[in-house]
Order: sequence, then C-alpha cells, then structure tokens
Amino acid sequence: MTWVNAVIQGVLLGGQYALIACGLSLAFGVMRIVNLAHGDLAICGAYLGLVLSSALGVPVWVTLPLLLPAAFVAGLALQVLLLGRALRHGVLAPVLVTFGLSVMIENLLQVAATSDPRGLNGGALTLASFTIGGLTVSWLFLAAFLTACAVLSGLQLALSRTSWGRQVRAIADDLDTARLVGINIRPVFATVAGIAVATAALAGVFIGTIGTFDPLAGTSTLIFAFEAVVIGGIGSLSGTLIGGVALGVTQVVVGEVNQAYAVLAVHLLFLTVLMVRPGGLFTGHQPAGEVRGQGALG
Amino acid sequence: MTPPQGPAGEALLEITGLDVFYGDFQALFGVSMSVARGRVTALVGANGAGKTTLLRTIAGARAPASGAIRYAGRDITTIPPHRRISRGIALVPEGRKLFPSLTVEENIQVGAVAAASDAWPLQRIYDAFPMIASRRKQRASTLSGGEQQAVAIARALAAAPALLLLDEVSLGLAPRVVEELYQVLRGLRSAGTTLVIVEQDLYRAMEASDHLVCLLEGRVALAAAVATVTRDLVVAAYFGQERS
Repeated sequence: MTWVNAVIQGVLLGGQYALIACGLSLAFGVMRIVNLAHGDLAICGAYLGLVLSSALGVPVWVTLPLLLPAAFVAGLALQVLLLGRALRHGVLAPVLVTFGLSVMIENLLQVAATSDPRGLNGGALTLASFTIGGLTVSWLFLAAFLTACAVLSGLQLALSRTSWGRQVRAIADDLDTARLVGINIRPVFATVAGIAVATAALAGVFIGTIGTFDPLAGTSTLIFAFEAVVIGGIGSLSGTLIGGVALGVTQVVVGEVNQAYAVLAVHLLFLTVLMVRPGGLFTGHQPAGEVRGQGALG
Repeated sequence: MTPPQGPAGEALLEITGLDVFYGDFQALFGVSMSVARGRVTALVGANGAGKTTLLRTIAGARAPASGAIRYAGRDITTIPPHRRISRGIALVPEGRKLFPSLTVEENIQVGAVAAASDAWPLQRIYDAFPMIASRRKQRASTLSGGEQQAVAIARALAAAPALLLLDEVSLGLAPRVVEELYQVLRGLRSAGTTLVIVEQDLYRAMEASDHLVCLLEGRVALAAAVATVTRDLVVAAYFGQERS
C-alpha cells in the first residue's frame, strides 16, 4: 500500500512539474529561447499572489483573475522589450539575457521581500483531503494535477485547432518560411511568451500554496522544469506531462526508500534519458536546428 | 486589402538598381526589370546567377542594400513580407519548404493568414489541384515530390496573389507531373494572375512565358519579349558568351 500511495503522490507531484515546464517547452519549441529566468518568473507569480491575497484578505485562488492576466501582460512586455530584441543577435544573446534577468529577479526579490520563506493562503483547500481505498489524497495536490492537465490539454487544443496554433506550429517548423508565407512573427511570439509567463505564475501559486518559497527558489524550480521538458521531448506538450510525472514518481518512490536520494534519483533519471534518448521520450519535433530553412542563392 | 486592379500590359512590378548582399558577398548588381500585369515573365540563368535571391528580395525575405521595388505604383522596398502578401505578392519558394508537421490543409490555411482577398477559398484550391484534395488530412512530409510542389503552389494561391512568384517548380519532378503543374499555371494566367517563373528548362520557360529575363552573375544579361528572341540568343546570354 505504501508503494501505491507513493506512485499516486508522485503522479500528482509530476503534474506540478509539468505545469511549470509547459511554458518553458513552448517558448523553446517556438522561439528557440531557453528561458533561464522561467523558474524565477514562477516565483514572481507566487510573490504577486502573496501581495494580492494579503492586500485583499482573500485566499490566493480568488486573485487568479487578476494575477494571470497581469502575468500574461508581463510576458508580452518581456518578449517585445527584451527577448525579441535579443533574438536578433543570434542564439547566445537570449540565453545571456535570461540569465541576467534571473540574477536580477532573485536579487530584487531579496531586497523587496527579504530572504524569509513565505507561504500562500490557500484557504480551506490547503489542509483538505479525502480517503479512498485506505489512501489519503490531498485536495490541493489533486487540484494542482488537474489544473496542469487542463492547462496542457487546453494548450494542445489551441495549438491543433486554431489559426493561432497553426501559425505557432508553422513557426516552430520553419521560421524563415513562416515569415515568407505571411505570418506576422512578432505578435505570435508575444502571445507565446505571455502564455509561458502566465502558466509559470500559475505554477508558482501552487508551489507557494503547497510548500514555501523564497527569492532563490526559482533556480531549483527551473531545473525540475527543464528536466521534465527534456525527458518528455522538446516541443511535445503531452511528453512534458509524462516527463513531469516520471520525475514526480521517481522522486516520491525513491524517497520512500531513502529521502536523501530522492532528488539525486531525479537528476540521474534525467541524465539517463539524455544519454539514451537525447531527443526525449516523446519527441513530436525533430531536434532543434535541423528544421530551420536557410536562404539559398539562385 | 484587395489586389490592385489595372489594365493588362502596364507594369505591375518595377525593380530599379537592386543591390543585394549576403554578408560580404554581393549576389545582385544593379538589377532592374519590369513585370507586365497579366503576363508571364520567365527568369532564367545558370546556378548562382541570382534568380532565387531576386525572387526572395521581391517577396521581402531579403533587404536590398540599395535600389527600389515598386508594386502597383507604390514603393514596397522596406515593408515586411506579411504586408507584401496582403497587397498581393506571394512566393512559391525553391525546394517547396512546406511545414512538415502540418497537414496539407493546415499548410494551405497558413498560406491564407495574410491573404489579399478571399478569392481562393479551400474548395477552389482543391478544384484546381484534385491530386491533393484527397490528401488534405495527411502530413505534408508524407507526400510525393509532385504533391508537395502542388501544396506549395496551393499555399501561395491561398494568399490570393495578383503577382505569383514561382521558384523552380519543376525541379526533380517527373515530366507528366510538371505538365500537370504548368496546366494549372496556364489556368492562373488566363484568370489574370501575373506570374514570374524561375525555370531551369529553357524550352519550357520560353514556351510558357511572354517575357524573358536572363541573369548572369547577378546582372541582367538579357530582357526581351519571348517572341523577339531566338534560343541561341538566350543561350549566349545564359553563358555570357559574345553574341555573333
């Protein structure tokens, strides 16, 4: 029973990893940006939730209708003002810019909010649980998992069914040709960045409600998200969910044996996948770089 | 935005003194040419003569270092590709360049995002290309070369172009398939679309076009009405030989 419980808890934890990872995966798949500040942006979402929920005196869930649009707009602004410009200077520039952004966010948060660990007010949901077949499941963990599933399937649906989604996938296939057939790249990139930051902020709210966070929590968040993306295969959203679940299950099951090895086991799983299947387990796209068209002389 | 209207024969596209560089390498040297409305212009020349560069510059994929491109009486030299498409310029790129993970229909739908008008709904496109209608739900990467080329043309048509630029549509295709594609192009021409075609096969180029422009090492070596030139004259321009 202990093992069944561990697997269930692991799957639920994996949902959180997938939620934080999907924006990273989307941004890389479409814009070829490895956003090293993605984890810090999630933590910013948690702090914004803290500010809003204490100011309004309500559980953080109530602030989501304010918080998510704000995060979306922040993502738009980030893309238009910073990342879009960095992209014009080759592949290395965005990596350096997001690394700098990560350092800046962590230090500004320390100045503004001190290094004290914080938690979010999740209301009655925080401690509620139910028992099924002798297993106790936290409503909060289940809510995080179901939210992740809903966000990822919603994104998948938007990508496969809408004109916006077709444009996003065409850009991911071949940026040069996408521009040539009439896609206006900038607004598409901006909405992708907006969605990436909004999903990160939502994940940050769950992180802050389930556990605690501090200004430096973004880095470890980023590593887990990054591993989920790589295990699942870059650019594949269903892969990202499975990657997150693989991480979560590994962490909880190994933790059942010895808590000291739980996180190490996660990193070893990541390294093993990277060695055996560098493209990820569920690659929907070819490895980056090979699909990009090149201008030719006639 | 509706495609520009006007009498056939007057210049739809006017290019003057175009210089285009790839880094330090200059691909086009002061290229000037004029494309008449409703006519077919063939762009010929050896490999590396600058044909693809010229088409990509007209479509907006490359910015010229100097020179001007006027289309329907307006300067479009600096406007981005999506705004050229909404004014009626569409390119079928060399090597087809379909989006491999998109279905045939999605490729065509993407071609319509900046369409100049709704003159080419999906049904009209499938009527023009019966060979791809049955493949609409398949991924583009699973099609044969001829079918992929048809989809590439269909994707450009979805933008409802007044000026269609076609780069090497017959490359690597069986003669029967090439004939089918040219059949479609003849239909477009009679419907009033202005065409610029890059074609390796000189016979086919001269047979299919009204006007011929030959590029040699990035310069215009010959520009004339097809009716007024002999094949020998074109071959001489093609290889840069002295005319006897």
